[in-house]
Amino acid sequence: MYVAVKGGEAAILATHDLVAEARRGNESVPELKVAQIREQQGLACARVMNEGSLYDLDLAALALKQAQGDAIEAAFLMRAYRTTLPRFGSSEPVDTAQMAIRRRISATYKDLPGGQVLGPTYDYTHRLFDFALMDEGQSAIGSRQSKTVEQPDCRLPTADCLDSHMPRVPDILGAEGLMEAEAPPEGDPRPFDLTREPVSFPADRDVRLQAMARGDEGFLLGLGYSVQRGYGGNHPFVGEIRVGEVCVEFVPEELGFSVDLGEITLTECQMVNQFQGSKDVAPQFTRGYGLSFGHSERKAMSMSLVDRALKCREFGEAANYPAQQDEFVLYHSDNVEAAGFVEHLKLPHYVDFQGELELIRRITREREQRLAREQDTLPEAAE
Amino acid sequence: MNAHQTLPADDAKPAYNYAYLDEQTKRMIRRALLKAVAVPGYQVPFGSREMPLARGWGTGGIQVTAAIIGPDDTLKVIDQGADDTTNAVSIRRFFERTADARTTEATEEATIIQTRHRIPEAPLKAGQIMVYQVPTPEPLRRLEPREAETRKMHAWAEYGLMQVKLYENIARFGEVTTTYDYPVMVNGRYVMAPSPIPKFDNPKMHMSPALQLFGAGREKRIYALPPHTSVKSLDFDDHPFRIQSWNEPCGLCGATDSYLDEVVTDDKGGRMFVCSDSHHCETRREAGHRGAMLADASALHLVEEVKS
Repeated sequence: MYVAVKGGEAAILATHDLVAEARRGNESVPELKVAQIREQQGLACARVMNEGSLYDLDLAALALKQAQGDAIEAAFLMRAYRTTLPRFGSSEPVDTAQMAIRRRISATYKDLPGGQVLGPTYDYTHRLFDFALMDEGQSAIGSRQSKTVEQPDCRLPTADCLDSHMPRVPDILGAEGLMEAEAPPEGDPRPFDLTREPVSFPADRDVRLQAMARGDEGFLLGLGYSVQRGYGGNHPFVGEIRVGEVCVEFVPEELGFSVDLGEITLTECQMVNQFQGSKDVAPQFTRGYGLSFGHSERKAMSMSLVDRALKCREFGEAANYPAQQDEFVLYHSDNVEAAGFVEHLKLPHYVDFQGELELIRRITREREQRLAREQDTLPEAAE
Repeated sequence: MNAHQTLPADDAKPAYNYAYLDEQTKRMIRRALLKAVAVPGYQVPFGSREMPLARGWGTGGIQVTAAIIGPDDTLKVIDQGADDTTNAVSIRRFFERTADARTTEATEEATIIQTRHRIPEAPLKAGQIMVYQVPTPEPLRRLEPREAETRKMHAWAEYGLMQVKLYENIARFGEVTTTYDYPVMVNGRYVMAPSPIPKFDNPKMHMSPALQLFGAGREKRIYALPPHTSVKSLDFDDHPFRIQSWNEPCGLCGATDSYLDEVVTDDKGGRMFVCSDSHHCETRREAGHRGAMLADASALHLVEEVKS
């Protein structure tokens, strides 16, 4: 009855208190520290950084703490903060060929310069509960299973036992002239920023990639999957997935040379797709590209599948399926917008609903009256 | 504009600018607003910002209000016609916090009225600005989902699809079954979504002396009706546009010409109809108008009865 009743303001203040209590949970259990989330929930932090479009591990961890682990709510917090930050410029393009590799795998070659580096992955774990994790005090070193412990640890990001040169697989194909060449647009303009400018359609690839980089992992996963199942018809190979650290450099105008701002963790996926060629273009492989913050392979792979599907226009392919339609993908992959609009249905709508009630009651009444009239006239007609 | 920057609220966080948005963003929004006013009913794309309130919860209206509000303004925020609905409270608190805004519930005192789903019953005056929160700015969206296509349809004023939809409604149901967000023709040129106000409110837009601004944050569009603009609800000569009407007056104030909300009072079919414009209803009760159910409602402390 909050139409006639005053009290909306008091209710809002009370709900803020209730959500704070719910977030804290049972106070006999120690409170989570932001550093614990940052260090021990790194994949969740990566997702929040991606969908929040802001690389800041501490803020991602704080967002997860504040949002009780709700990834979309946490991404929303990141974005609402990010939008207030001043933009002092754009970094130099990061060079993923120079990445300090933690993990690098290719499904197209058995071996290649730099080798296959499995790195940390859940891929070959058996999904059996490790009940020992129920107890505290577990040490990663103490529970080691591999025999490489005594040797210099090749599995660390700083490992110098990896080859320093790890060429990207599409570059290897490119050298042979078999991979679709990708040159920056003329003049190498600054990429579009959809957080500052409205998008128009058809959208260029920089817009599409930016939208997907901050798009919902689940939505892109579903779309990528749909492409594989036949709603798009690409047959992709994982050319390469690489995870590791790259340097971010910035050229301040007053200095005129680049300054190292620090390093960020990136996941890059390049899918290799077939292309039959056309009248003007020789047959070659085409590329689907995915890049995301942190270790987030599922996201990068999904993105690269959809990126290739969205290139259908450039290759003169039909755009019959959702994953190939840029308006569909770009408008609906943003989970903060989608959640906002879906959840706005919780807001009062009684004014509009009253209009519908009035209409349906009137139409029902008129229909009953008409049927009653017909009932009256029918027996006479039969006589 | 500079005055805004030098007058932050005393309790505002130093990190946030007056009315939350930075001045560059406000300037961008004002440019879009000027274009919108110059081309009534045309949807101007703008660089809608991520706001600290959810998309779909009024971020378009909030950005428009933030771009136009100043220390001399008095703000009224309504949702479903009422000042005390939760989201209206939340938005009003946002501007009290970020812009130290002077707020009011009185329609005639407000210089800016931000609204969702209603236009106040009291006639608007010259100098007032209505800011509408818009979920779907594109009136053709349900007929054509692709933005690239609907923009062309507007450019060519190709509105046959909409006329056919209205015609099919009449053919099937004997009348147009759109009860809210009823499409209007603006200034004889653009078909426009009036936002989900009931069609009851459509006539109030026509030749209004107030400036009417529409913000769609999630869809990143702004559009406008300058004062004294022709706004015609789409119809046919033999099926003229009609607004909703009720069989009974407001149960609290006895008004017979306002938009009513239905309140379910028990599980035995009990109903009470009350003005959706809460300030209009209160003003009438203060002036001595009494509805049939006012005594009951006040005995249940659902409303405070005015002591006279």
